[in-house]
Amino acid sequence: MGSHSHSKRRRFFLTGGVGLAGLVMGAVRSLRGQTTAPAVPAPPRDLLAYGQPSPFDDTIRRAPGRATSVADTALMTPLQDLDGIITPSGLHFLMDHVKGIPDLDPKKHRLLMHGMVDRPLEFTLDEIKRLPSVSRVHFLECNANSRPLRGPNGESVQLVHGRTSCSEWTGVLLSVLLKECGVQKGASWIVAEGDESNKYTMSIPLPKAMDDTLVAYAQNGEPVRPHQGYPLRLVVPGWEAIRAVKWLTRINVVDRPYMAWHESGNNADTRPDGKGLWYRFELGPKSVITRPSGGQRLPGHGFHEITGLAWSGGGAVRRVDVSTDGGKTYKEAELQQPVLRHAHTRFRFPWKWNGEEAVLQSRCTDERGEVQPTILEAAKNLGVTPEYFFDADHFNGIQPWKVNRDGSIQNAIL
Amino acid sequence: MEAFRTRFSKLLTATIALSASVTALAQGPTYQLGRVPSQEEIKARDTAISPDGKELPPGRGTAKEGETVYVEKCRSCHGPNATGSSLHRGLVPLGNAKPVKIPFSLVPYATTVWDFINRAMPQTKPGSLTPDEVYAVTAYVLYRNDVITETDVLDATSLPKVRMPNRDNFLPAQPEWKPKAKRPFGYYP
Repeated sequence: MGSHSHSKRRRFFLTGGVGLAGLVMGAVRSLRGQTTAPAVPAPPRDLLAYGQPSPFDDTIRRAPGRATSVADTALMTPLQDLDGIITPSGLHFLMDHVKGIPDLDPKKHRLLMHGMVDRPLEFTLDEIKRLPSVSRVHFLECNANSRPLRGPNGESVQLVHGRTSCSEWTGVLLSVLLKECGVQKGASWIVAEGDESNKYTMSIPLPKAMDDTLVAYAQNGEPVRPHQGYPLRLVVPGWEAIRAVKWLTRINVVDRPYMAWHESGNNADTRPDGKGLWYRFELGPKSVITRPSGGQRLPGHGFHEITGLAWSGGGAVRRVDVSTDGGKTYKEAELQQPVLRHAHTRFRFPWKWNGEEAVLQSRCTDERGEVQPTILEAAKNLGVTPEYFFDADHFNGIQPWKVNRDGSIQNAIL
Repeated sequence: MEAFRTRFSKLLTATIALSASVTALAQGPTYQLGRVPSQEEIKARDTAISPDGKELPPGRGTAKEGETVYVEKCRSCHGPNATGSSLHRGLVPLGNAKPVKIPFSLVPYATTVWDFINRAMPQTKPGSLTPDEVYAVTAYVLYRNDVITETDVLDATSLPKVRMPNRDNFLPAQPEWKPKAKRPFGYYP
């Protein structure tokens, strides 16, 4: 099923791309007045049936990042090229742990719920869509996002911080499905399983499953994309995205965590005191300036709006402060509405560049009052050197970007 | 083992107390949707293995038998000496001067190894190994990491009793999670 339909799709995109490029060139020629207005060929209907970005923007692409383990494929979201708070579905970051994306038939897909419940139930996709649904804007962030200086030169916001994306997810609250099954006394965790080749498995405490966890069938208004878990994906708001099981097919209600490979060995950390760390859930308050940012070059002196994203696993972003002098002084940035819980929040800050060296950085405070630390503060808190975070998860340190006199911008975290 | 049991039962008590309020909300079905699956259907799909191994199927295997399976079904990816990729990571004790993430040393239970081999290996045909083959290959991997000896027999009874080197060297999980609560110190930067 997979390879045939994929190759067909690829052909479609290729011919579509050529057609559109031809159209654009035609338009340019006629603008120059070198030819009489050409008879514009009718665009291929398939192409317009699903609109594509302008070919002038064909550099706005996910980029391969350094994989966190041998088995992974990583594609990072181009945060520097995006606006607002919603990540287009096709640009949502991707960590592929199985080297293969299943293209599941929604007619055949089933969600089985069993274990410590009064009534085990199996739902079709159509049945799930008949249940009361909600739409909620939530970010998903990989627990390994933002490791300092990641990427070939550690220079770009995409390669260092591009493992976070934000979507409007539509689906049924998991609590609705669990109540249909009747959770039994003594149950305290769920184990969620995906339908890809290695049946990815994650344990989640029942209180979170009953709180705001979502069984999503739509992302940004359309069915969840195959690379994001089509046709069903778990969304666990504010928690490390390894919990957001794609291609969701089974939920087992149990009384303990199952210590599956992807939640113990493959996603655990070693603390400096030798203790192993797993089962960390919420992501800390974080923010990053996306423009101007590493690898870009300011075209000249004068006004530049500084803008970026802030988010927190602890809920809503309360405030973002911006510094243009490397953290000596901060001023509060403007938060653009909407400011939503467990969602990317866009901040803006007016700035006039005088041509001198400057270090731009932002600091997030969330609704719990937790404040994003600098890398030195984070290291002091944990009793480690900053280098510890090069291989650690859940790093949420402040990201400084240094503006040089020639306008070039580089990562200045260390 | 005792220390682990005590800690686990504490953890369990905490989670039960927490979930009491949750389960109180559980009611009869409101929407009458979904199909009731048979016990056989559930059993066929209920393959995940918990740390106490209660879901383990009958079967047995040793490292010696596992080597034969390894050569036939695993070697092409993982290499002749299992140094090809993840297996090379070994079981280096935690507490290095410069900590490095070594996944195999961060696996607290042997059931985790069995479960992942059973569900995900070999990558070209996941789920195709028989229970005997999974027990044998698990034994081979653990033997190569000096966790068990070459002749130890792994089965549903002995596997959960295998002691992974760092089992007691983990910060406890966080079942005490509550909405809007602050994150516990020490777990995060």
